[in-house]
Amino acid sequence: MDLAYGLTKERPFRVVPAWIIAVFCSALIMQLIWHRLQPRPVPVVEALPPAPAEKFLALASFGEQAALSRILMLWLQSFDYQPGISIPFKQLDYPRIIDWLNAILALDPRSQYPLLSAARLYSQVPDNARRRMMLAFVYRKFLEAPDHRWPWLAHAVYVAKYVMGDQDLALKYARAIHTHVTPGVAPYWAEQMELFVLADMGRVESARVLLGGLIASGEIKDKQQLQFLKQRLQEAEKDSHK
Amino acid sequence: MQQSVTVIARYTFIEGLRNRVFGLTAVGLICLFGLTEFIGELAITESQQIQSLLIGSGMRVFTVVTVSLFVITSMTREMHDKGFELILSLPVGRATYYFGKLLGYFALATVILLLTCILLSIFSGVAATFIWAASLLCELGLIIAVSLLCLFTFNNVTVAFIVVMAFYFLSRSIHAIQLISASPILESHAFAHQFMLYLVNAVAYVLPDLYGFTRSEWLAYGPGSGVLAHVLQQTAIYLPLLIAAGLFDLYRKEL
Repeated sequence: MDLAYGLTKERPFRVVPAWIIAVFCSALIMQLIWHRLQPRPVPVVEALPPAPAEKFLALASFGEQAALSRILMLWLQSFDYQPGISIPFKQLDYPRIIDWLNAILALDPRSQYPLLSAARLYSQVPDNARRRMMLAFVYRKFLEAPDHRWPWLAHAVYVAKYVMGDQDLALKYARAIHTHVTPGVAPYWAEQMELFVLADMGRVESARVLLGGLIASGEIKDKQQLQFLKQRLQEAEKDSHK
Repeated sequence: MQQSVTVIARYTFIEGLRNRVFGLTAVGLICLFGLTEFIGELAITESQQIQSLLIGSGMRVFTVVTVSLFVITSMTREMHDKGFELILSLPVGRATYYFGKLLGYFALATVILLLTCILLSIFSGVAATFIWAASLLCELGLIIAVSLLCLFTFNNVTVAFIVVMAFYFLSRSIHAIQLISASPILESHAFAHQFMLYLVNAVAYVLPDLYGFTRSEWLAYGPGSGVLAHVLQQTAIYLPLLIAAGLFDLYRKEL
C-alpha cells in the first residue's frame, strides 16, 4: 500500500477531509438548483449601429486591415441572425448596411466579399427600393475598379433585369461593363451583356448596330462567338415580329 | 488557525506590493484616464457616459487578467522555491494555507479595485460605482479561486492561465451561446443538433452567471434593481464550490 502510495503523484482520496467533500457536493447541488430557478435568457433585437469612420477602423485594426475587414463582414452578414432571433432583410436598415459595406471595403479594397454580399445577399430583399440602393452601391464601387469588380455588376444586371424587371437599369449596368472594363479582362458573355439586354428589350436595331460596331472594332474575333451572337439577335428579331 | 491565515494573507499581500502590481495598476489607470479624456473630447454628446463605459469595460478585463496572472505566477514561484513545502512543514494545515492565500489575493484585488473606483467616481455616480465595484469584487473572488484551482490541477502557468481565461469568457458569453444554439436557423431534429443543445445547456448549469456581473452599462444608465442581490447569490453559491474543489486538489497534492 505504501509502495503504491509512494509511486503516485497524488495522495489518496481518503486524505481529503469530509467537510470539503460535503461543501463541494452541497455547493454543486445549490448551483444546479439556483441555475434552474433563473429565468431563461430572452432574445433582444439590437439595431445596427452606425458605421464608424474609415480612419477609426484602420486605427482599430492595428495594421491588420484585411483581417478586420473579414471579421466585420462576418459580423455584418450574421446580423440578421442575432442570438435567438431571425430578422427579415426587410427590417434591416439598408442605408446603414451600405455604410458598413463601404467602410469594410475601404479597409480592404481587394476584398470581393462586401460586393458579393451587396449583389447576391442583400439584393434578395423583396423590396425594389432597397434592391435599387444596393445595386447603386455596387455600381458606384464598380466604377472605382471596373476590371476587378465587374462580376458583381454583371450580377446586378441579372437582378435588375429578371428580379426587378427594370430593363433600363439593367441596360445602364450592362453598358457600364462594356464601356469601363478593359477588353479581354471579362469573359465575352459579360462584355456583351449590353447586346443581350438590348435584344431582350426589343431594341433589335440598336443591338444590331452595337454588334456591327463590335465586329468592326475587332473586339469579336472568335467565329463561334460571332455565330452565337448573331443567332441570339435573330431570335430576338423573330420575337419582336410576333 | 485564524492567526496563521492572517500571517499568510499579509505576506501574500506584501508580495503583491514588492512585485509592483499596484504600480502597474496605477500606470494602467493613468493611461486609461488619458485615453478616455481624449475620447471624451472627441465625443459630441454623452461624453461622460462614453468615458465611464470605457473605463468600466477596460478595467474589468484589466483587473481580471492582472489578478489571475498574479495569482498563478505567484503560486508557481512559491511552489518552485519550496516556500509551499516550508509553510506546510510548520504546524499549519493545508486549509489554513489555502484560506491565507485566498485572503491575501482578495486583499490585493480590493486595493486594485479601490484605485479603479477613485478614477471611476470622476465620471460616474457614487451609487452606480459602488454596485459596479461590489460586483467586480465578487467576480475577482471567483477568478482568484478558479486560478488557484487551475494551478493546483495543472501545475503549469500557461495551461492554468488559458483555462482560467477560457472559463471566464465562456461564463460571460454562455447566455449568447445558449440563444444561438436555440436559434431558428439552426433548429433541426438531427441528433447532433439535439446533442449540442443539451451539452450547451448542461455546461451553462455548472458555470457561474458572469453575464449578469459588473455590466458597464450600470455606470452609464444606473444599475437595475436586484442586480447586486443576483451577483451576491451567485457568488455565495459558486465561491464555496470553487474553494472546495481547490482544497480537494490541494489535499491530494503530493509534496
